[in-house]
Amino acid sequence: MSIRERMSGNEAVAHAIKQINPDVMAAFPITPSTEIPQMVSTFIANGEIDTEFIPVESEHSSMSAAMGASAAGARSLTATSSCGLAYMWELLYVAASDRLPVVLALVNRALTGPININCDHSDSMGARDAGWIQIYAENNQEAYDNFIQSFLIAEHPDVRLPFMACQDGFITSHAVENIELIEDDKVKEFVGEYHPENYLLNAEMPMAVGPYANSPFYMETKKNQRIAMENAKRVILEVAEKFEKISGRKYGFFEEYMLDDAEYVIVIMGSAAGTTKDAVDALREQGIKAGLLKLRVFRPFPGEEIAAALKNAKAIAVLDRAESFSAYGGPVGSEVKSALYDAKNTADCVNYFYGLGGRDYTVELAEEIYRELIDSVENGTALEQFKYIGLRK
Amino acid sequence: MAFNFKEVMNKPERLAPGHRMCAGCGGTIVARTVLRALKPEDKAVIGNATGCMEVSTFMYPYTSWEDSYMHNAFENAGATLSGIETAYHALKKRGRIKEDYKFITFGGDGGTYDIGFQSLSGAMERNHDMVYVCYDNGAYMNTGIQRSSATPMYADTTTTPVGSQSNGKMQNRKDLASIIASHDIPYVAQSTLIGTMKDLYEKSEKAIYTPGAAFLNVMAPCPRGWRYDTPDIMKICKLAVETCYWPLFEVVEGKWILNYEPKKKLPIEDFLRPQGRFKHLFKPENEHLLAQYQQEVDRRWEDLLFKCSR
Repeated sequence: MSIRERMSGNEAVAHAIKQINPDVMAAFPITPSTEIPQMVSTFIANGEIDTEFIPVESEHSSMSAAMGASAAGARSLTATSSCGLAYMWELLYVAASDRLPVVLALVNRALTGPININCDHSDSMGARDAGWIQIYAENNQEAYDNFIQSFLIAEHPDVRLPFMACQDGFITSHAVENIELIEDDKVKEFVGEYHPENYLLNAEMPMAVGPYANSPFYMETKKNQRIAMENAKRVILEVAEKFEKISGRKYGFFEEYMLDDAEYVIVIMGSAAGTTKDAVDALREQGIKAGLLKLRVFRPFPGEEIAAALKNAKAIAVLDRAESFSAYGGPVGSEVKSALYDAKNTADCVNYFYGLGGRDYTVELAEEIYRELIDSVENGTALEQFKYIGLRK
Repeated sequence: MAFNFKEVMNKPERLAPGHRMCAGCGGTIVARTVLRALKPEDKAVIGNATGCMEVSTFMYPYTSWEDSYMHNAFENAGATLSGIETAYHALKKRGRIKEDYKFITFGGDGGTYDIGFQSLSGAMERNHDMVYVCYDNGAYMNTGIQRSSATPMYADTTTTPVGSQSNGKMQNRKDLASIIASHDIPYVAQSTLIGTMKDLYEKSEKAIYTPGAAFLNVMAPCPRGWRYDTPDIMKICKLAVETCYWPLFEVVEGKWILNYEPKKKLPIEDFLRPQGRFKHLFKPENEHLLAQYQQEVDRRWEDLLFKCSR
């Protein structure tokens, strides 16, 4: 029997870590992810788990230490937000290239400039091309469920890539919601023990990690990372299937909400999907065929699957919670549009920005977006690309 | 155990030949000497900051390291090794490893004094059971002899070039051994390449087999950057010690110990003269700079004697 509880998103992830009891965690505090290492430290202090915790002097070192531990053969993780992730930047690429299955609990927060502690996706979106798997949660339940699945995906021999488990700062990390937890023994059995094929502390076979590899080998390294990321698509679904057996909860690359017959669709990621679902419900009551595609897996990017799911849409709004400053759209928008183009889908598609630095995104604003889509299809009203939603007038 | 030169030199090499470090490189001699201090039966994981040593010893698909080895980046050798050392304790505690391991990391002065300083400081303060060895050649040699905070005063480097308006680097070198000693770790020592390498070997042995964090600051001349006649490396090191430019000392559990006091302290010119990077100091109009140099060496030496006399 699963356990009904009330927890914040940070508590949910900390609880998942407790159940996994990983070998090594290294972390440095930064709002809004600070609670995760605090809670893990408390579990250790009270003898509830025997994970080794390294209270490093910076995020740069938390990633470095987690990578060292992972290469040594340990199941290792860290947690951070915003500037903490930015400070790890260089090493994110190294971790992916070294094929270290480090898991990072990312509590999404706006990158500084100006300093802002609230949610947007500029931190993880900046790291989108670093070679990490990225999975986003809508709510506390998903933050917990995604984290439980993380190590199995990252450590799979066909994958061996680092994993970013993302949830929205404060919106899910600090808000307390009902949650269904899986029993400890079931989680323990699900995640198993980490036994890599090669590791530094293998007395039989020493290993060297992090070579100098110039033009004769660099490109092959990248190609191998690409193959691993392609494999991750399959493994993510396999692990989700296995997870469903212990939890009853089903996961894929994305969630389709009223999408089957939807003519007007919003594509969105993270907690704002919940708000958008309310708008969909309201519009459906009025007989409007509104629908939602909630992207869960951003890396690897399930482009073909997204395009297939959107094939019946007449108009689509892709919402980005991060700027790319290309002045030609945001990261999710650009990639979804590219997938639509390859599928020869010529539905109206607009890319908006919302929720930057924690700006409110409401049911009313979501409804307004759907109405714009309807207006463009029914009356031929031109859609304004790259608009900021909820901007001060 | 008493130092037996023949025995020590007959230990199997843990840094295999075939690497691409320059002939006569001081850093390579440091690494080989430190590794000899490992008991042959002990396993080790070697860390390395980006630098000459890393790019010359682990060029994919070849490695010169007989032990497990990890290079991560330029500025995080301390943190990376602290993660490996912690993983060792975690896996040992959980019964997944039986062997005894030692943890040694090498970094040049760039990766240690400068860009890797924070990572080093954190690893030392947390007192991980590891040895951080800085092979200090007093500049960023891998990128082409740029000044570092370990570069001695008035050295001609490519970012402190000597010119009509410049006498080279204007600042004194950072005293890193003192700074690390102030972290209150069990063992800190300063050494260089002297005679049979007894000093460096014994300090390495102590550093490796003292539980907790240990730091070795080892002067490692770079013939390219210092511009001396390559075969003269041992002579240069000896002059550094005999002029009291590079004193040999240890800090054991906070106690400062002077390991060698020259019978007759040589003038600093003797150390500077054979090196092309100080050539400009020997122009007649720069005599006052030499005098100033001597004053600075004397001041630091007196300070060290004071610390060691307490």
